[in-house]
Amino acid sequence: MQAGLPASQMKALVELVEVSKRYSDAPALQPTNLSITRSKTTVLIGPSGCGKSTLLRLIIGLVEPDSGTISFDGSQITAANIDLLRRRIGYVIQEGGLFPHLTARANVVLMARHLGKSHPEMRARLEELCDLTRFSGNLLDRFPLELSGGQRQRVSLMRALMLWPELLLLDEPLGALDPLVRAALQKDLKEIFARLQQTVLFVTHDLAEAIYFGDEIVLMNEGRVVQKGTVPDLCDKPIDPFVSEFINAQRGLVNL
Amino acid sequence: MNQISRARTQDTAESGNQESGKGNSAIPFCLLSWLPDFLLILCCLPVFLIHPASAGPVVIGSKKFTESYVLGEIAKRALNEAGTPAEHRQGMGGTIILWQALRGGQIDAYPEYTGTIAQEILKTDRALSLNEIRDSLAKFGVATTESLGFNNTYALVMRRGEAQRLGVRTISDLRSHPELKIGLTHEFLDRRDGWQPLRQRYGLPQQNVIGIDHALGYAALANGSIEVKDAYSTDAKIAENDLVVLEDDLKFFPNYDAVFLFRSSLRPDAVAALRRLEGTLDERRMTTLNAEAERTRNYTRAASLYFESSGQTPGESFAHKLSRWTLRHLQLAGVSLVLAVLIGIPLGIFASRGGPIGHAILGFASVVQTIPSLALLALLVPLPFFGISIRTAIAALFLYGLLPIVRNTASGLQDIPRSLRESAVALGLSPAARLWQIYLPMASRPILSGIKTSAVISVGTATLAALIGAGGLGEPILSGLNLNDHVTILQGAIPAALLALIVQWLFDLLDRVLIPKGLRL
Repeated sequence: MQAGLPASQMKALVELVEVSKRYSDAPALQPTNLSITRSKTTVLIGPSGCGKSTLLRLIIGLVEPDSGTISFDGSQITAANIDLLRRRIGYVIQEGGLFPHLTARANVVLMARHLGKSHPEMRARLEELCDLTRFSGNLLDRFPLELSGGQRQRVSLMRALMLWPELLLLDEPLGALDPLVRAALQKDLKEIFARLQQTVLFVTHDLAEAIYFGDEIVLMNEGRVVQKGTVPDLCDKPIDPFVSEFINAQRGLVNL
Repeated sequence: MNQISRARTQDTAESGNQESGKGNSAIPFCLLSWLPDFLLILCCLPVFLIHPASAGPVVIGSKKFTESYVLGEIAKRALNEAGTPAEHRQGMGGTIILWQALRGGQIDAYPEYTGTIAQEILKTDRALSLNEIRDSLAKFGVATTESLGFNNTYALVMRRGEAQRLGVRTISDLRSHPELKIGLTHEFLDRRDGWQPLRQRYGLPQQNVIGIDHALGYAALANGSIEVKDAYSTDAKIAENDLVVLEDDLKFFPNYDAVFLFRSSLRPDAVAALRRLEGTLDERRMTTLNAEAERTRNYTRAASLYFESSGQTPGESFAHKLSRWTLRHLQLAGVSLVLAVLIGIPLGIFASRGGPIGHAILGFASVVQTIPSLALLALLVPLPFFGISIRTAIAALFLYGLLPIVRNTASGLQDIPRSLRESAVALGLSPAARLWQIYLPMASRPILSGIKTSAVISVGTATLAALIGAGGLGEPILSGLNLNDHVTILQGAIPAALLALIVQWLFDLLDRVLIPKGLRL
């Protein structure tokens, strides 16, 4: 750690040191070091099972590392502080993870209400978020089943952003959407991230999406980080044959 | 030696009647099993109070056969007329159940027979005098009246005309008629103090001896399929079918003198009222009362014959009885269901987490479900605190109602998709908030359907509570089965079915209120 510097001044918001995780059958993440830069969008990309989702789940505390430490804003994540840290992190998954028995509005304010925020405060924030995510306010009283896939993801994003999180974790948030909806949301998301100066960790397996969003791209394979860098770094200076292989495979498709 | 046989035969006779009645009541029973009466119960719960037998009025118990019911009614009326408040718990079960209830203080007195006391309670093969019985009972804190005046023992009976034609008056007379066909209850046939020693004692030559159900035996006797059968001497069927009792000239059958057993601590005025019944009933009179009870299907009216001089007793009105049965039924099913919900849902939550404890919980609930309801009642009766009381019935119903609630709660929670479970965790909600705001509402449909199933079981099984004197709509059904009277059975079954429909409707409303709208889209 960079002793002497106040935590908020450190460049990395999240720091993983020698973090590993294995599930009963196989290692999901080899000992890994990684730092997530503030105010940037870091994209985790790689084939299925490469450990990118596991890495996200380790940060939000859904799984605990077998070894190594994870720090958030300078303090190590432990079982004791994870619930507090979770309130500073937004998390969006592929299917949205909205609770079907709650309206869009109730889903979004669920945590704020749990923390006892005032109604005017919540209403103001909700309005702000509707504008930000281009979600029509009169859909707020619908239940998730009454919304389209794209609308659900916007609600899910609002829920994640409700408490002004310092970190936004997105686990293939657009994976289940049809191409037109997906394109529109990609554009909106990028604008939102830029506007909020948001620190984002974005998991995808789609290279085009990674290139579109990623200030930094982390390419993973078989539970380890293969290369971390910008798009030109990965294209021009691959440090491993797998990097070129992965890039070329997806490029081939795009160029068709 | 053969003392047990009388009581047993009566029980057999009664259960024979029950079986013959059961076929006819199959449809009402099906209807009963639908009764999910959750809401009504919730509404009525505060109204019900469980009052123990020991407080308030003197409680008279009776066994589940006609004569015992009638004697119980007579005692109740005798006490009431003497100014001692008394109630009668009809047809609570057999000897052992009544004896335990008496010793446990759930009842204060019940009619019993000297032979049965010696055989089944004091466990001796020797014929005991009433004084010996009195001495032996004293150490249990139980006392007895003198004989009520009749001896309800085993007997052999024949059609009157046939007996006169053949000149048969005593059992010894049967020796000269080896061609007679004899039909005996299986119980009497097989007992070591039944047919075999009787035939030896009298040297009876008959070879044509068949086993036949007690009730069917009367029909066989009437149509001439058999000429001689066993009976108990105050059986109403004897007069009804114009039969004669063959005299036991060698005194083979011991005495089954009817008495009232009562707790030694019973208040003196109640004891005095019971003792006034001593020697007031001879066999003919008892037989008449039994016949009246079976003819009119009304024990109270039969008992009032005993008090002829004091005029008519207006029986309890039907509307009053119906509301009493229904309220008690709802109380039984309701209290047990509420308990099952309060305990079943937390158990289901534990069980949903899996592991050895979860498996143990589900395993226990499943095992309880496999115990036949009658056996479960019988197992609970000897336990302290339970005994012959509404508590036992509620406990049994509660145990039955547990499994559907536990299982549905557990599986409903386990069926919540992992992604949603994790979303709740990732939001930072506390475990309690996750449970109350996310998991339980999401599992509300299976949980409610578990409660519904539990209610159905509770209401259906609550009819059995009448077997241990806990009342409910099973009471008229049981009396009706006992009397082989369909009208009485329907008095319990039809209200139960109507109740079921109302309750079903209320339950559907409950679904609409409790299952979140977002899950009903």
